[in-house]
Amino acid sequence: MAIGVKVMKRPTQQTSYLRATLKGMALTFSHLLRPKVTMQYPEEKSSKDWTLSSRWRGTHRMLTDEQGRAKCVACGLCPQICPANCIKLVPGEDEAGHRYPLIYEIDEFRCIFCGYCQEVCPEEAIHVGVHYENSEYSRDRFVYDLERLTAQTHPVSTLWDPSDPKGE
Amino acid sequence: MTFFIVASAIKVFVVFNLILVGVALLTLLERRVCAWMQDRLGPNRVGPQGILQPAADGLKNFLKEETSPAMADKALFTLAPLVSFVPALLTFGVIPFASPLPTPWGVVPMVVADLPIGFLYILAISSLGVYGIVLAGWASNNKYALLGGLRASAQMISYEIALGMSTVAVLLLAGNVTLSRVIAQQQHAHAWFIVPLTLSFVIFFVSALAETNRLPFDLPEAEAELIAGYHTEYSSMKFSMFYIAEYSNMVTASALMATLFFGGWDIPFTSWDSTGDPSVAKTVLTLIAFGLKTFVFLFTFIWVRWTLPRFRYDQLMALGWKVLLPLVLLYITVLAVAIWFLRMQLDWDYGPAMAYTLGGLNLILLVALVWWLDRGRIISGSVAEEAA
Repeated sequence: MAIGVKVMKRPTQQTSYLRATLKGMALTFSHLLRPKVTMQYPEEKSSKDWTLSSRWRGTHRMLTDEQGRAKCVACGLCPQICPANCIKLVPGEDEAGHRYPLIYEIDEFRCIFCGYCQEVCPEEAIHVGVHYENSEYSRDRFVYDLERLTAQTHPVSTLWDPSDPKGE
Repeated sequence: MTFFIVASAIKVFVVFNLILVGVALLTLLERRVCAWMQDRLGPNRVGPQGILQPAADGLKNFLKEETSPAMADKALFTLAPLVSFVPALLTFGVIPFASPLPTPWGVVPMVVADLPIGFLYILAISSLGVYGIVLAGWASNNKYALLGGLRASAQMISYEIALGMSTVAVLLLAGNVTLSRVIAQQQHAHAWFIVPLTLSFVIFFVSALAETNRLPFDLPEAEAELIAGYHTEYSSMKFSMFYIAEYSNMVTASALMATLFFGGWDIPFTSWDSTGDPSVAKTVLTLIAFGLKTFVFLFTFIWVRWTLPRFRYDQLMALGWKVLLPLVLLYITVLAVAIWFLRMQLDWDYGPAMAYTLGGLNLILLVALVWWLDRGRIISGSVAEEAA
């Protein structure tokens, strides 16, 4: 035995290989008959034990007003706060003096899904979504333009737990 | 003669394919049972309940790139999977799997070749399997593969002895090595050899686990230590052949246990299956009985695998040489004396009386063995002497 290794003196019932084996066999067999925890993904996306959190921060969604226009007023706060610098915004103004985004693009590859854009937005226009199925056939499809952002229908993130808004 | 050749050819074809299909389904069973034991579902996507998963795996293996290490011994590297694959399938040839089948041309015994040398043949051929593994380890020119091969040879040769010795007990009782005779004797006496030879079965089972390189004796593979052991460098169908060999060894070992200790294709508590004229119904039902017995052992193999951790190498050797070998020698001595006494002095023939007398003796020996094993002296981890 190696030097200085302390070996516990244990009672027989703990060191017996035979008993441990039989106990283990009984345990594995009991597990054989227990209900399984696997969630069969494409068919079931949530179970009674597990659902996607309402605070989940996934790919973005731009909310629209009653006329179907994006709520965004192109104030420029979201590209300002974005730590990953993934939002491209070119502001424009119509005849009535309403500001609107000429170009609004989010590069979802660069995005770190911190949710600051949603937090900072004064118009509650841009949101991170409760959504995770984002696969595409080409890389350039991951730059979401305004049309795509407004067309998204998935639920938006609450960012914080509604029952515990201060995180206590 | 023509009838014999045609019948044999058909039997060879059917048995060969049945084993390969059985092995395929066994890989699926292994994965699903493993999953169930871990509270998962396992592969259930390809076909109903995943029944086509082995087919998908097989197809994948055909399409995989065949790699050949630059420094490997090409000839041996190619030969090794074959040497491992062929004996694994050959061994099943002498195991009777059902009662004889009547056909318009004559009665066909349901065994590929009812060799008079019976399980001696199995011992001989199954020992050849180790060559495949050692050659694979050697030819790969990879240190992990070589270590796996070395371990395999040491392990399989060590446990071969205990395995062979435990069948000597069957030989003492049956007086014959032909497997069909062994089964017939168990049937006529209405007492399977598990009763008079319980301890022998226990030793046989443990050795069979080691012989088939299954956990807790899978040191030749030992993925945590040796990558994949002897088949580290193999890919594609060559790897598949090792895999099939491992599983068909398992099937053979299970079938052998059913044959030697559990009456082979005998249906318990009835003599209908082994007396009177052969009929198709008998063949089918006995085949099912044999299949069920084999399945129980296969399941136990899988069950043990997903329960027990791997032994350390010194523990493996200690168990083989210091426990099983002396134990089986002692057991044979005791049993030989008992059989001599019952046969020669009391003039008994093998029947229920003799079986249960020997069963009682086995029970005493088994209790003594369990008591001794349970002292924690045998495989109790590295327990050092208490420092003085």
